[in-house]
Amino acid sequence: MALSLHDDLDTAAVRADFPVLAQPTRSGGPLVFLDSAASSQKPRQVLDAMTTFYETEFANVHRGVYGLAEMATARLEAARAAVARFIGAASAEEIIFTKNATEALNLVARSWGAANLGPDDAVVLSHLEHHANIVPWFQLQAERGFEIRWIPVGADGLLDLSTLDELLDGAKLLSVTAMSNVTGALPPIRQLTDAAHAAGALVCLDACQYVPHLACDLEALDVDFAAFSGHKMCGPTGIGVLWSRAELLDAMPPFLGGGGMILDVRLDGFTPDVAPAKFEAGTPPIAEAVGLHAAIDYLNAIGMERVRAHEVHLTEYTLRVLDERLGDRLTVHGPPEATERGGVFSLDLHGVHAHDVSQVLDEDGVCIRPGHHCAKPLMRVLGVNATARASVYIYNDESDVDALAASLERAADFFAF
Amino acid sequence: MPGLEDLYREIILDHYRNPRNRGELAVPPAHRVEGFNPLCGDEIVVYLEVEDGAVTNVRIGGQGCSISQSSASMMTSAVKGRTVEEVRDLTRAFKAMMSIHETSLGGDDDVADEVPEVEVDLGDLEALRGVVKFPVRIKCATLSWNTLTQALDEAIADHS
Repeated sequence: MALSLHDDLDTAAVRADFPVLAQPTRSGGPLVFLDSAASSQKPRQVLDAMTTFYETEFANVHRGVYGLAEMATARLEAARAAVARFIGAASAEEIIFTKNATEALNLVARSWGAANLGPDDAVVLSHLEHHANIVPWFQLQAERGFEIRWIPVGADGLLDLSTLDELLDGAKLLSVTAMSNVTGALPPIRQLTDAAHAAGALVCLDACQYVPHLACDLEALDVDFAAFSGHKMCGPTGIGVLWSRAELLDAMPPFLGGGGMILDVRLDGFTPDVAPAKFEAGTPPIAEAVGLHAAIDYLNAIGMERVRAHEVHLTEYTLRVLDERLGDRLTVHGPPEATERGGVFSLDLHGVHAHDVSQVLDEDGVCIRPGHHCAKPLMRVLGVNATARASVYIYNDESDVDALAASLERAADFFAF
Repeated sequence: MPGLEDLYREIILDHYRNPRNRGELAVPPAHRVEGFNPLCGDEIVVYLEVEDGAVTNVRIGGQGCSISQSSASMMTSAVKGRTVEEVRDLTRAFKAMMSIHETSLGGDDDVADEVPEVEVDLGDLEALRGVVKFPVRIKCATLSWNTLTQALDEAIADHS
């Protein structure tokens, strides 16, 4: 992955935009927030946009003919258009607002999957997947009886594509992560897409960890579905996105039923609306869409190329500093090259369980996440029950990594025996 | 704010480093039950032999953090040789110690002091009392006990 920029992100200026980073921790020291892969913090611009919207422009969307309702509808649709531009979608009508990426992936399974998958079909997943891109397929498999195949992970932490053509043979869908939430591994999306399309399969992308961190161009990636969440990209919780091509969305049956997704309801049935309304039953996350719009504006003002350059720099620094200070006391799972991964570090401090590592780090104000990270199949491949996961974003700098390393050293010493 | 020394008492670290009764037992006569902590992926396996209304042998397998492993280790020492009723009383007392009251959440009060007194001597298990000050770790401490209860139920159902 070629980089056109060196890291010139002004993290001090970015940090000043995030009120929570100025909060003291329970122990009284500064907050070292390294859990953005779980959820990012929110800049003042996003918080202000949502507050202003609630204070001055809020009403339920669509149908209302009064000024507030018109304004709120315009804000929702402006957010839809902003999302479309941010990821390179052909039109705003291809953007479906969901609760989160998990619901978006369930929508693909329950709508497209239920309409297209039967006992003779196959869906290809990978060992890198989050449970959100595994469990919906198992749930549907129980009803439809298709085969689920797995792209394995090699010793280098990247997908092992040596049997890709066999795995795709006869498959109808390849559903893969664009970036592992455990190791940060970046699969070669375009290569996967070309192979899948050559085999006649569609491609669904779990872009949850990708869209917040790398410039996303759906046309260049050539995928057919993409799912991501607002809360990992400086936006609020409660809003996610499913993108798909207009012709695919047109052919798909609705997912959830209710108000807002119909053209007509009679005593003998209903007629669904067209996309995106067809897939947005009930009152949508309106203020959350306003917040997501503000988050996209915030990230665009920085520039996603600059975000990526910063994170590659910070990843290189992290891998180097952890190696220098912890050496063979620590394993960092995943690809060794910063350009092949995002800023997610699954750490195994030898002889110290991830829970205990995180407990010591918490006392130093260092926020990381212990556990299986909703990716138990990958944890089994890595041969661990749990890892301590640190992840970086635009507001992190080298001092956060130094604090992480120092606290890891303390944890290693505390539990040494 | 409670410190690490409130959580990681020396006796806890000792049981973590030198776990008692680790291993497996032949099934049958032992009952084997797996317990999972879905939050962190920890897994524990309890092997339990019950004879004439008493726990005659117990072994622990699986992986986990220092709190779950030491709690399991102390549990095996505490229940071995005890009658089923004694084990049930001990389990109740331990879980009472591990319970927190909603009103104390977020407060600086010593939460554990509000747990009603139970007339069971917890012995070394008292060292785990500090865990309630770290609410997310309570499930680590209770995992082996919940698994033991399941094994005990299965053993008794099997005998009757």
